[in-house]
Amino acid sequence: MIELRGVHKQLGDRQILAGLDLAVPKGMNYVLMGPSGSGKSVTLRHIIGILRPDAGTVLVDGQNVAAMDRTQLMALRKRMGYLFQNGALINWLSVVENVSLPLREHSRLSRHEVHDRAMAVLKTVGLEQAADQFPPSISGGMKLRAGLARALVTQPEYVLYDEPNAGLDPIISRQIHELIVEVRDRLGVTGLIVTHSRACATHCGDRIGILDQGRIGIEGTVAEMTAQDHPLAKAFLGGGAD
Amino acid sequence: MRVLTRIGGGLRERLDGAGQVVDLLLRTLAALGRLPRRVRFTLDMAYNAGVRALPVTMVVAAFAGAILALQTGIELRRFGDTAVLGTITALSMCREMGPFITGVILAATVGSSMAAELGTMKVSDEVAALEVMSVDPVDYLVLPRVVALAIMCPLLTALSDLVGILGGSIVAEQNLDVSPTLYWQSAREALTSSAMLLPKEVYVGLFKSFVFGIAIAILGCASGLRASGGALGVGLAVQAAVRNSVILIIVLGFIITWFFYFLAG
Repeated sequence: MIELRGVHKQLGDRQILAGLDLAVPKGMNYVLMGPSGSGKSVTLRHIIGILRPDAGTVLVDGQNVAAMDRTQLMALRKRMGYLFQNGALINWLSVVENVSLPLREHSRLSRHEVHDRAMAVLKTVGLEQAADQFPPSISGGMKLRAGLARALVTQPEYVLYDEPNAGLDPIISRQIHELIVEVRDRLGVTGLIVTHSRACATHCGDRIGILDQGRIGIEGTVAEMTAQDHPLAKAFLGGGAD
Repeated sequence: MRVLTRIGGGLRERLDGAGQVVDLLLRTLAALGRLPRRVRFTLDMAYNAGVRALPVTMVVAAFAGAILALQTGIELRRFGDTAVLGTITALSMCREMGPFITGVILAATVGSSMAAELGTMKVSDEVAALEVMSVDPVDYLVLPRVVALAIMCPLLTALSDLVGILGGSIVAEQNLDVSPTLYWQSAREALTSSAMLLPKEVYVGLFKSFVFGIAIAILGCASGLRASGGALGVGLAVQAAVRNSVILIIVLGFIITWFFYFLAG
């Protein structure tokens, strides 16, 4: 379970998080929404230990991420996957080399085993044909799917999705949404999804929380949230929202 | 008051930057044990650095040697002592000019591209992606680049020393009427040592270039890893990498010469 308790974070002059409380139970996809600059990605970066809170605690399975040393953080990150907005693939590595990277660095598997496992995950995300291509020559949707494959190849317990459908057309977006649901249902992975997209939130989420002024303004199940009259819920999940 | 605040802020930023460079150097040294895992990448980097810098370095070294021989030869001719032109050109190239020229060209070509590559990776979240995969960016990105330049800078320096001396010989023959035989005999005598195979000047020059290689790579990588704010940030990182490298090459060049010729005798 991922828990944030009273997390405060200031970046420059701006107070980004102001007492954020958040709980993501195991096996669930939690969708975090909010206006641009409201601290959604900052929240994810606290959970993976790239940022440390000014105050408050970030717990993953009861362990305080902020108090972890480098070795403990590395161990935690091996149990987590992270999908960046643009996939964040290493440009000089092919798609399959990108997906293999965490295994090559951390596992004792042979070169063949690593390749086979990477290809199996690429097949899951429908990208086995592009295995030998390089990131600059593939589309944004393919980069995201390759990024997702890389996040999944170590068989993580948690995956953090940062805007998984930003800039994608509706067809590719839907494919990504279906993949996120499949990852939860078939692999039992807990997901925390940061998005602006109503379609992504309602398709992939079990619970939805909307950030407002550095903390959760409103939260509930997908059904509860779509039926809400709260202005935030209406703005992000109402009929006019995407 | 506002001026003081701005000066203080700028000074603090510089000190932060210097601290990060030292920290990166120490972390790179600590990661040396993991070099065997990065041999292929290191050799790729070394090859790229060599290929990128070789043509420019050779052209500049040839002309630097020619200028050196010409300037020195004009004065020597007044005293009728052009026989030592080969000695002076060879020693000046090996001790100062070769390492300096190679360092500056590597800073402009390879150091700048290191800052651009790592800066682009930083602003496009690729460095963060490595961190979340528990891959240490120092071990994966910085170490191979530093080792590659620590190897390539002395190799390129040795070549630019030779090409510079060759450039000097052409000028000596064409403009100063010093026969190639006399010039090369003089240069060879200067570059032979019965005790250490080569004279101290050559070793000091190669040591300098080894230090320059490390400094250029560390500054390039540190600037890149500090980049923020998209394309503009990457541009500033490249600018900072080249500027700081050239300054450091001059300062380190002085310190090393001073150490070997005045402190250590």
